[in-house]
Amino acid sequence: MKQDFSQLRLDQVTRRFAAAGGQTVAALDNMTLTVERGEFIALLGPSGCGKSTALNCIAGLLALSSGSIWLDDERIDMLPPEKRGFGMVFQNYALFPHMSVKRNIGFGLLMRGESGADIERKVDAVVRLVQLRGHEDKLPGQLSGGQQQRVAIARAIVIEPPLVLMDEPLSNLDAKLRLEMRAEIRRIHRDLGRTTIYVTHDQDEALSLADRIVVIKDGLVHQIAAPAEIYAQPANLDVARFMGYRNVLTLDVSAQGNGRAQLSGRGLSLQGTIKQPLGAKAAAAIRPEEFVVGDGPNGIDGKVENVEYSGRDSLLEVVTAAGLRLHVRSAVHPAVGAQVRLSVPPERVLVYPAEASP
Amino acid sequence: MARATSPIHTRAAGFDRTLLLVLPAAMFMLLVFVYPFLHGLMLSFTPVEGGTLANYVKFFATDNLWTTIGTTLKLAMPATLINVGLAIPIAYQMRSKSPYQKWVTTILVVPITLGTVLIAEGMLTYFGPRGWLSQSLQFLHLYDGPIHLTHNYWGVLISLIISGFPFVFLLILSYITGIDPVLARAAATLGADPWQQFKQIYWPLLIPGIAMAFCLAFVQSFSVFPSAILLGAPQGPTRVISIAAYEAAFEQYDYSLASAIAMIMGFVQLIIVAFVLGMRKVFYRGPVSGGKG
Repeated sequence: MKQDFSQLRLDQVTRRFAAAGGQTVAALDNMTLTVERGEFIALLGPSGCGKSTALNCIAGLLALSSGSIWLDDERIDMLPPEKRGFGMVFQNYALFPHMSVKRNIGFGLLMRGESGADIERKVDAVVRLVQLRGHEDKLPGQLSGGQQQRVAIARAIVIEPPLVLMDEPLSNLDAKLRLEMRAEIRRIHRDLGRTTIYVTHDQDEALSLADRIVVIKDGLVHQIAAPAEIYAQPANLDVARFMGYRNVLTLDVSAQGNGRAQLSGRGLSLQGTIKQPLGAKAAAAIRPEEFVVGDGPNGIDGKVENVEYSGRDSLLEVVTAAGLRLHVRSAVHPAVGAQVRLSVPPERVLVYPAEASP
Repeated sequence: MARATSPIHTRAAGFDRTLLLVLPAAMFMLLVFVYPFLHGLMLSFTPVEGGTLANYVKFFATDNLWTTIGTTLKLAMPATLINVGLAIPIAYQMRSKSPYQKWVTTILVVPITLGTVLIAEGMLTYFGPRGWLSQSLQFLHLYDGPIHLTHNYWGVLISLIISGFPFVFLLILSYITGIDPVLARAAATLGADPWQQFKQIYWPLLIPGIAMAFCLAFVQSFSVFPSAILLGAPQGPTRVISIAAYEAAFEQYDYSLASAIAMIMGFVQLIIVAFVLGMRKVFYRGPVSGGKG
């Protein structure tokens, strides 16, 4: 077991599962990724996209169908999980129900054959770190969800693993606790500097925690980039959709040049920024919050059909004369039925090639 | 909230009428268990001759009566221990789905469908002095001597294992598959090898279930009767307590003594079961999954 490393490399990691009718389906297809020491990586994607498969492959809980995993120059994908020594936080925590908090946390140290005094000292330190003092002798069943979550994290990090793996650790918590624990995970990562791979389907979680985000869909890696880049410059339409570009309009390309495209159709005329080489048809992706209610570039007229008030702003559904439905987040709160004029700056209209119609 | 307005639930504060559903089962228990049991208990205290406790005094003073407790324990204890001991590793291997899991489980469970008498008949043909086992051993020149596996202690023990194993196996299998396999995987990521995963995770969580399976299997074995006669030596080494009760009732027509023997039989079972279940308290009992959700 390595205590430290400078690079974790996944080289064309593929995992296939048997599907109905004797077929196999690649849950994870040729994933290649290099993780630097100390990085916080988020694997982001919708459920069933293969992100948990990737994590289980790294942990050693699933065998690879092909490809390899390397810690520096040591190949590790053939090792059983107990020989890899990575800390893992499971989605349902997987705390040992018959062991006290203290014994749960100390389990990994015990398996490593550490002395009682060492275990005591290290468990004590990590209990302090995750703020569980006073709960050491309770059983997991006596703890709240947030406390169980902390035990799970403490148990994974007390063994000082070179790599911490987290599988949607916050998905079982309520919204408020989720925010608290998110900050907690960030703080622990900052304090200890442990390389972390974090699986989530929540884009906010990924954006706020990670140094780099890996967007996965249908087993394929779609984009690997820093949060700010993923947010502003999604590599393709799938990533854009996942990152909150709710309005996707399929239009004709009437002119293009200098990275800009002029799109038209369905009663609209839009100028946008080209993200991928275009054909005759293109999809324009726009976030609800990029629209401005009022006159400006790329003007669109429509009628407000629905208003969801959410305090600081409202989420509007605006329908154009041609029947296009747009989602708009607006600081002004028009009434249902009102006629509005929307505008959106051309640099915030991202233009991708249109998808083949289903 | 629709449930709260249903007629049954609005009356729940006073008397929950759904409780009435217990009535048929309660009546059944009363008629076929509680009444005969109390009747037998009373009968055992009204001997043909002598004082209230005369039957019990007779039992513990007669050599071929009180020794049946030891004889029965000597059969029931090893049979139960062997069954539980065999069932744990096999069920543990069968805990995850695999192509052969269904087949192995089916084959192991088949004997539960066979009656004791059928098993006895089969064993007489197979294990008998001129049975297939003896003949094939001789044919292969592995062992030429006579084989004594029927009409003695071993015959009854083997029959108790054959008929008792499927039951214990199914019980323990259901306990094992009830334990969340993610726990063992979590242990693996923390450095536990397969043996430690069993010892640290499965074993402690299984103990309550094993104790339960032990009790049920023991009670079943302790009341052994047909195979002790058909496969054993009912006048000697396999004169179990149920034979003593049967003889008292249907050969000497002393129902009172037979009742007393039955009561003693129940009491011995009760002591063992109480001891095992008492031991269970020492260990962890509770949910066998690792957290919320």
